[in-house]
Formats: sequence, structure tokens, C-alpha cells
Amino acid sequence: MFAFVVRRAAYGFLTLLGVLLLLFALFFLYASPHEMARRAVGEKAPPEVLEQWIANHGYDKPKLWNPEHPLDTLLVDHFRRTLSFDFGRSDADGTPITQRLREGMGPSLALAIPSFVLGLLFSVALGLFVAYFRETYIDRMGVVLCVLTMSISTLLYIIGGQFLLGKLLRWFPISGFDASPSVIVRFLMLPLLVSLADGVGGSVRFYRTVFIEEGSRDYVRTARAKGCGDLRVMTHHVLRNALIPILTRVVVAIPFLFTGSLLLESFFGIPGLGSMTVDAIHGNDFATLRAMVFIGSLLFIGAQIATDVSYTLVDPRVRLE
Amino acid sequence: MEAHVVSNLVVALLLAGAAALAIGVRRNDLWRASAVELARRRPIALGVVGVYLAVALLDSVSWVGGGDAGAGGNALDLHRPRSLIDRAFPLDLDEKSYSAPLASVEFYGGAPLDHPGRHLLGTDILGRDVLHLTLEGTRVALLVGGFTSLIVIPLALLVGVSAGYFGRRIDDVAFFVMSTLASIPNLLLLIALIMAMGRGAVQVCVAMGVTSWVGFCRIVRGETLKLRELDYVQAARALGVSEPRLIWRHILPNLMHLVVITFVLLFSGLVLFEAILSYLGIGIDGSWGQMIDQARDELARDPIIWWNLAAASSALFALILAVNFVGDAVRDVLDPRTLRERQ
Repeated sequence: MFAFVVRRAAYGFLTLLGVLLLLFALFFLYASPHEMARRAVGEKAPPEVLEQWIANHGYDKPKLWNPEHPLDTLLVDHFRRTLSFDFGRSDADGTPITQRLREGMGPSLALAIPSFVLGLLFSVALGLFVAYFRETYIDRMGVVLCVLTMSISTLLYIIGGQFLLGKLLRWFPISGFDASPSVIVRFLMLPLLVSLADGVGGSVRFYRTVFIEEGSRDYVRTARAKGCGDLRVMTHHVLRNALIPILTRVVVAIPFLFTGSLLLESFFGIPGLGSMTVDAIHGNDFATLRAMVFIGSLLFIGAQIATDVSYTLVDPRVRLE
Repeated sequence: MEAHVVSNLVVALLLAGAAALAIGVRRNDLWRASAVELARRRPIALGVVGVYLAVALLDSVSWVGGGDAGAGGNALDLHRPRSLIDRAFPLDLDEKSYSAPLASVEFYGGAPLDHPGRHLLGTDILGRDVLHLTLEGTRVALLVGGFTSLIVIPLALLVGVSAGYFGRRIDDVAFFVMSTLASIPNLLLLIALIMAMGRGAVQVCVAMGVTSWVGFCRIVRGETLKLRELDYVQAARALGVSEPRLIWRHILPNLMHLVVITFVLLFSGLVLFEAILSYLGIGIDGSWGQMIDQARDELARDPIIWWNLAAASSALFALILAVNFVGDAVRDVLDPRTLRERQ
């Protein structure tokens, strides 16, 4: 298994280099530093200001090949600095990106972890419930409800939630964030509810399919034959065996906890990584965007390896070679 | 060539393509049976999708001239290409600002409207007719889903089939490219692509295409790997069938059901995604997402403006719901695994 992890990690590193190469192609070759400068300082800025901006951000080196110093190019810089987690300064306001990443992680996690855990428990429970009543009208209604909730845009969930629960009923503040423990719950309740409502339809439908497929296996019939009740079959046999597809879906979603939910954070004024990304889009902040893509990919690759390892934990038959 | 001429030509091409497809489906027994089964299972959802398609097509056929600018209209509008949908509304229908559905006075202030009772869904902040805007949004939505699929499906088929069929080096390279793209969180990759390419309808479609072809490509690759080892393919190869012909006649037709399923399932996701992009400020002009995004501030007003949000989001909801229902039925009808379960 150790050899497996090392091999996966090596391939993961290779993919990470691929991601970096793609970022370089997008942000240095396709959109040249000149274009970035023009978007950052404005279309009508005089050429000296443009040159100044490019020099200030260190984008004035040769891109691919420097005859005098072969290593002093944008390509080498980009790889070296990103891989050592030195993301430099923001293109928009000059603040150090690494520091802002550290500051944004807390609020992002404060929203993401509860919504992840609650969402998982809620949708697995509902999935089990619907699968338990399969081929009855409860099941059919559940599926229709899932499709209905899946057809509503996330934007509408957020706007509707803010309007209904925030403005009309005044249950929760419409937006804002305060990290002190006594009030943080008040601010997080509404985004939590919205993310639950938004995600639950797709997840329940997925888990229902998994449970029903698992429920038609031979061992389930055997369990029934030896006298297990329906409920015990569901929770002890079906749920345990369905852990692999559940894990596949779940572990891969974990990195998104760190990158944060872009929409929720910026709508509800939570100063996390998601808000940071949205600000970067509005401010043409390419450096921050590159950092976010890199971090997101890094975590995603890590999570994929973790998924494979976790299979061995839930299913002793799985051997990683 | 001018934009509206191109759009007219595209409509003609699409209609010709649809006719060819319909003939193809009619000639093949299996496909015809599936189509009949689909129509039997989901008549309403198919009808709804058909209405949307018709609106989008009518909004894509446009020409310059004709009509009457009217008393309050802008004479310049006469020299702008207008579609069949535009022509259903008088040129001088605009008001000064917000007005409620079927109202006869302005919403704020109460000044009399130029066209009392003519705005079925009211008007927006610039006095434009909301019904007209909503109908125009249909074209954008179908464009997002349709045009992106036109990028995704050929690309995924090309890469997936060659990776699966030829294997070795091609497979290694394709696999690396796919895992690289797949390891970047979807929304972040999409944002990065659009930021690098600039904003605009074509850019958004291309970016969505790049982010969503990998999943389908993996399925195609896996299926091709399975198909190429099957007896009938081996037999064809032993008979000396050339490789391009083998792929075209023996592999591709067996991937077509996957293409149809993917297309329908992909479509609703893409349209919903565009709404998110609109909120982030990198969406397509005139989409329902932009109307919804605009409505954020309108709900904060007092008294609130609700008709803009209601019109755009119900149009979006009805389309996505219908496509989702059709998609489920398509999967049930075409997927051999569920076929076996049914029998």
C-alpha cells in the first residue's frame, strides 16, 4: 500500500505540473502581461503607467527563454514560486496573497464544515428513507421532489432565502459575519439552510440509486432469510456495503471546503476564500486567481489519493497494489 | 458577414440537421422504438421543450426593415435587424421605468404609462417589456446548452475513441490531459478560462466546453475499450475492414446512445451554470441569469419589484425541469442496464 501511495503521489505531482503549465499558458501566453496590465490600470492609461505596472509585478521578464540567464524567465518563476507557496502580491491591491489565504481559511471552514457534515448526514438519511420505501408512492414523491429542487437555480435559493427568512420573517440577519462564538451561529444559519436546500436533491437521488442497487444483492436476501428486520438490513447491511460509492462522492468534495463556496460567501458577506475569488474576478486580479486554482487542484489531487486509501478502511477486500 | 445573417444561416443548418436526424431515427428500428417510447412516457415535458425550441428559433430568424417606429419609437430601431419575436412587439413599447404587470401607471411616482395594460409581465428599470426580455432569454439559454454540447461531444468522442481504440501513447497523453483538467475544481477552471479569454457568449461556451468534456470522454474511452474486444469487432477486423471504417461503422454507432444521454443530462447543468456565471459578472448578456442577478437589488426596494425575478426564474425553472424529466426518461429508454432491469 505504501508503494501505491508513493506512485499515486508521483502521478499527482505530475498532474500538478500540468495544472501549472495550463495556468502559464492561459495567463502568460494566451492573455499576455500587457493585456493584464491594460485591464488592471484601464484602457486609456499612458504607456509609461502600463510599463510601470508590468515591472512592479515582475511580469517584465522574457516569457520562455532568456539567452543571458536561462533560469530568469517568467515560466521558471511561475513554477518555482507557486510550488514553494510564494504567491506574491495581488494584482489588484498589492496585498500579499499568502497572508490573505491564511486569513480567509477560517471563515470559509466555519461555513463549509457544518454545511458539509449536515448535508451528508441529512442526504444519506433521506436517501435511506426513500430507498426503504422503494416502489411506493413515498419513493415516487421523493424522486419527483428531488428533480424539482434540482431544477431551481442556486441564485434563486439564495435570493429567496435572504428575502423570505431574512427580510420578511426577520429570523436571521440577511448577511454579515462575526467570528466571536456567541453570534457566529446567527450569521451562519441562513447560508447553511440555503446550501442544504440547494444540494440535497441531487445527493438524495444519488444515494437512493446506490441503496436500491445494493438492496437487490444476494446477501440482502440472505440477511432477510435469517430473520433480520427491514430496518436492520438497511442500516447494518446495505449502508455498510454502500460506503464505497458514498466515499467516492464525499472525499472528492472535501477540497471544496477550503476553496469555499463562491456564491454563498459573497452573497452572505463571509470574508472567506470564496469571497476572495469573487473579488479577484471583479478586480481582474490574476495572481490571486492563479493561487486559488493551484490550491484547489492541490487539495483535489490529495483528496483523490485519500479516497483510494479510504477504500481499504471500509472494505477489507480492497487491496491496493 | 453580419451577425443576423450568420444567425439565419445557422438556423437553416440546424433545421436541416434536425430533419436529417429525424429521417435517420425513422429508418432505424431500434431508434424509432426508443423515440416512440420516449414520446409515450414524457409527452408534456417534450412539449414544453418543444415550445422553448420554437421560441428560440423564432428569435433567431431576423432581418432589417419593415414595421413602423410609431409615435414614441426610435427611428434608428428600423435599421437594426429584428427577429420574429421582436416583431411581435411594437417598436415603441418601452416605458420610462418600472411598471407592474398590466398596470396603467408607473410603479414609483404613478405617472401614466404610454401603453397602459399592454405589459403582461410589467417593465424593468429601463422600461423594457419583461415578457419580451424573458422570451429573448430563451435563445441565450438554448445557445449555452446547445453550442457547448456541440463543442463537448465531438471533442470527447474524438479523444475518447482514439484513446480507447489505439491505446498506448495516445491513451497515456489523453489520460494525462484529462486528469490534469479534472483535478482543477470546475468553477475555478471556468473562471480562469473566461478571465484569460475575455468575456462574451462564445468565450463562455468554449470555457464550459473545456470544463465539461472530460467526464463524457472517460465514459467513451471505457466503452471503446470494451467494444474493441467484442467478437463482432474482432470478426470485422479479421475480414479486413479498414480501421477508420471499423470505428465509423462498428464502434461509433454503439456509442450513440451515450451521446444522447449525455447531451440531455449535460444540458440542464450548463444552463444552470450560466446563471451562476452571470452573478459573478462573467455570464452572457441577455440571459435569465442576468435578469435574476439584477433582481437582487429589486427585492431590497420598498415596495419590492417581483415580476422581473418571477418571470426569469420561472422560465428557467420550467425549462430545466422539463429537460430533467426528459433526461431521466431518455436514460431509462436508452441505457441497456436499465433495459435489462425492466424486462
